[in-house]
Amino acid sequence: MSIDLSQFYEVFFEESFEGLDVMESELLALTPGDTDAETLNTIFRAAHSIKGGSGTFGFSTVADFTHELETLLDQIRDGTREVETYHVDLFLKAVDCLREMLNALKDEEEPNTAVADEITQKFLAILNDNGNAEPNDKPGDFGLFDDAPGALNEDPTAAATSSVESEVDDDSFGFFDDAPGAPSDEDADEGFGFFDDAPGVPPDNGAGIGVEADNDSRKRWRITFKPEAHLFKTGNEPIFMFMELSDLGEVSVCAETDNLPLYHDLVADDSYLHWQITLISDTDKDKIEEIFEWVLDDAEIIITCDSEVSREVDDQQSPSTTVSTDSQVLAPVTEQQSITPSTIEPEPAPQQIVTTPTPAKSQPIPEIKPQVESTPEPVSKKPAKDENAAPVVAKEQKKTAEATSIRVSIEKVDSLINMVGELVITQAMLSQYGEGEFTENRRMLMLEGLAQLAHNTRELQESVMQIRMLPISFVFSRFPRLVRDISQKLGKQVDLKLLGETTELDKTVMEKISDPMVHLIRNSLDHGLETPDERVAAAKPATGTVTLNAFHQGGNIVIEIIDDGNGIDPQIIRAKALDKGLIDENDDLTDQELIDLIFLPGFSTKAEVSDLSGRGVGMDVVRRNIQELNGTVEVESYLGQGSTFTIRLPLTLAILDGQLVTVGDNTYIIPLVNIIESIQMTPQQLNNAGGDLELFRQRDEYIPILRLYQIFNHEEAVESLTQGILVIVESDNGHIGLLVDDLLAQQQVVIKSLEANYQRVEGISGATILGDGTISLIIDIQGIINLAGLKKQHRNKMRALNNHDMVV
Amino acid sequence: MGNEQLVQLQNQMGQNQDQDQDQYLTFFMDNEEYGIDILSIQEIRGFDATTAIPNSPDFIQGVMNLRGTIVPIVDLRLRFGLDQIPYGDITVVIVVKTKLDDGEKIIGMVVDSVSDVYSVNHNESTRAPDVGEADNRDFLKGLVNVGEKMVVLLDLKKILTFN
Repeated sequence: MSIDLSQFYEVFFEESFEGLDVMESELLALTPGDTDAETLNTIFRAAHSIKGGSGTFGFSTVADFTHELETLLDQIRDGTREVETYHVDLFLKAVDCLREMLNALKDEEEPNTAVADEITQKFLAILNDNGNAEPNDKPGDFGLFDDAPGALNEDPTAAATSSVESEVDDDSFGFFDDAPGAPSDEDADEGFGFFDDAPGVPPDNGAGIGVEADNDSRKRWRITFKPEAHLFKTGNEPIFMFMELSDLGEVSVCAETDNLPLYHDLVADDSYLHWQITLISDTDKDKIEEIFEWVLDDAEIIITCDSEVSREVDDQQSPSTTVSTDSQVLAPVTEQQSITPSTIEPEPAPQQIVTTPTPAKSQPIPEIKPQVESTPEPVSKKPAKDENAAPVVAKEQKKTAEATSIRVSIEKVDSLINMVGELVITQAMLSQYGEGEFTENRRMLMLEGLAQLAHNTRELQESVMQIRMLPISFVFSRFPRLVRDISQKLGKQVDLKLLGETTELDKTVMEKISDPMVHLIRNSLDHGLETPDERVAAAKPATGTVTLNAFHQGGNIVIEIIDDGNGIDPQIIRAKALDKGLIDENDDLTDQELIDLIFLPGFSTKAEVSDLSGRGVGMDVVRRNIQELNGTVEVESYLGQGSTFTIRLPLTLAILDGQLVTVGDNTYIIPLVNIIESIQMTPQQLNNAGGDLELFRQRDEYIPILRLYQIFNHEEAVESLTQGILVIVESDNGHIGLLVDDLLAQQQVVIKSLEANYQRVEGISGATILGDGTISLIIDIQGIINLAGLKKQHRNKMRALNNHDMVV
Repeated sequence: MGNEQLVQLQNQMGQNQDQDQDQYLTFFMDNEEYGIDILSIQEIRGFDATTAIPNSPDFIQGVMNLRGTIVPIVDLRLRFGLDQIPYGDITVVIVVKTKLDDGEKIIGMVVDSVSDVYSVNHNESTRAPDVGEADNRDFLKGLVNVGEKMVVLLDLKKILTFN
């Protein structure tokens, strides 16, 4: 008998993703040198379940991959190996990779194994290392002085690369460099390889390139560097300049050897080479000139700016800094260890000898080992390996329509069952009273029963709603990783504080709030927090703090995103807004009003656009998304002290406590959370300001009155202020009084969409069906205010037109 | 009224199934016969009380509770610029489900009375004449002859897109 396993896929994926989440959060808690056994065990268990599950379901790629991860974890758990930061980094990458693979499998696609292979190789490298030498992929490790095992050996692959090079010209200096500044790829970071990919070799560290390529403000600089022969005698060293250049951007260097004399004419101390350098960077000419400052007198230097770098060019150039020469290799060929997985994997590299037809003493690298004879190796291995490490273009997250499910604690289900039990009892009781002759006594009992029923129904409803409520930690939990990644990328030190994680929130609201929050947090990190240097200069601790705080307030959940960064400068906003034509020179705006401008479409204050934020398509989308949830977002910012973004959301989108009111023949519902009080007015409390602005005075406060019948164009409503009732509500613009005819009951209503079959109606947030089957519309306070504003504008316009007519 | 009639109409529809033919439900409005694609019809029912939507166009009668769904009701006479007639016991609402630009919507249309179901060959329908200034010319999809009568075929999407 065979069982169709596919029916369990959904469960497997769900559990695996949960496992990955657990792993991620535990990994972030893992501090090198101070390992908590329980943390490790948790990670291990999660990994093990994923491995087991994927094995069972025949996802061997996932299972194999997890196996390597598990092996390393096991060693760490046994204490045979200490946790290092790069282990954690690698584990996190592996988690990402697993998530990607599982997503692909879920979509019934073949997972892309390139990244997995790369990471597996790294795991193997670590495992084979016996825990001694750490692999050479630490940031800041200069491969030039490469001391990792095998580095001094002339690797066959390296020799192969060199032989490719040598085809062009047999006399060459070789110092092939690697890609400093390639973002998000620690392997390549500042790894000044002695020798690396020749141009045209498929990019092997391209995974991070796509991010950088987004930055379109970069230019292509061409630098011609022709030093005089005595360059070396002045103590200058071209390679150091190239290294500095590579700090500015992506550099590729091409050495011209046409001035190289014959061997017997060659003076060892003289420089015969000149260089063509291409720099892709957003830097300016001054910075480049600064690098060559010391050799200005001893060399001919031409710096030209080509153009903005198109993305296409970028992609071609993605091996980034490729310092290469077309010329003969003088140096013994050492492969930069950190570049490809293949190099990390300690292959026994056969001792080889490089033939150097011309001994060159003018080689710019002092560390060069004595030349040894070798036979050029045929091109081998390397291209094949490159394939594995081919750049993985971040696949666009495919949105698949998936059946979502939630996990509910057994407690909540039990209470639900309890409630249903009581409901059944009440029902039985009622039907018993309903039988037989009807007496006054029974009527009383019946009424009691009905009250009981109402009570049960309400409790049942609350319990059901409880099931949809999840702690906000479901959203918060993804942020530590996000903050870690972003702060690393930005070179900022950030401490993320999470408060109120147990605050509960409706699942639908939770799903929709996640994206706006990601955006706000990115913003805080990118725009808000300063770099450590700037912070120290501003007498703040070098580590910035971003606090996420969630709490309940009334019927709302409030989420605050607080940073102690530089705050928003209203004057910069003002300048920017003027520049974009969003405000007028004469507009007299308060600081708060200026700051609020960031929510306008097309607004970005940061001069440089980064791949994180600053494209100006952010805040307005954030605000719109939050408004769609009937929520609000506010910003408060103090220059130099930081900013606070406050998101206010209703707890649930499904049910609302409402006050029924009548306007003419119509019944409307005003959300109870908005209502402060309802009042019958006396003429003494009424004032008129500026003609048609009616004010109600209450305890030293003047509350503007909006006549609901006017706003909704209803007839036959109570028009006299003193005969109607004023419902005072809270809004973004302070307190507002709504004039209605009468108040009816307060009740909970189920919100139904008006938009589903009709369209958005200004001033109305939805509809509901009342007990008698009729529909009642729910009032949207903010919409009413907008509507009133529009009407007033319209009236003013009409009046202006009328006046105009009169003049004519 | 209502479901029974619809069942009848649907049976009729089943008998006349043909590849090259479209079936249209026709109704009367101001003594003219109009046809709409039968596949878009969800149900035919009597008129119930509606709840007015503030600041909506006059042809939107309001919203009706259709078994828990909020359904807007369009008075087709007003939509066409004709005079409204008072609603009574025989006022009919045709509830259609049609795909508009912003998704599939369920909308009720008040008409004078429901008439018949016709099968129309694809090539029988002629384009409505392009002259005339009436605003609602856009609503017409084509004209078709059924026996001696002319039936005006309507473009639901245009009629029910209110902006």
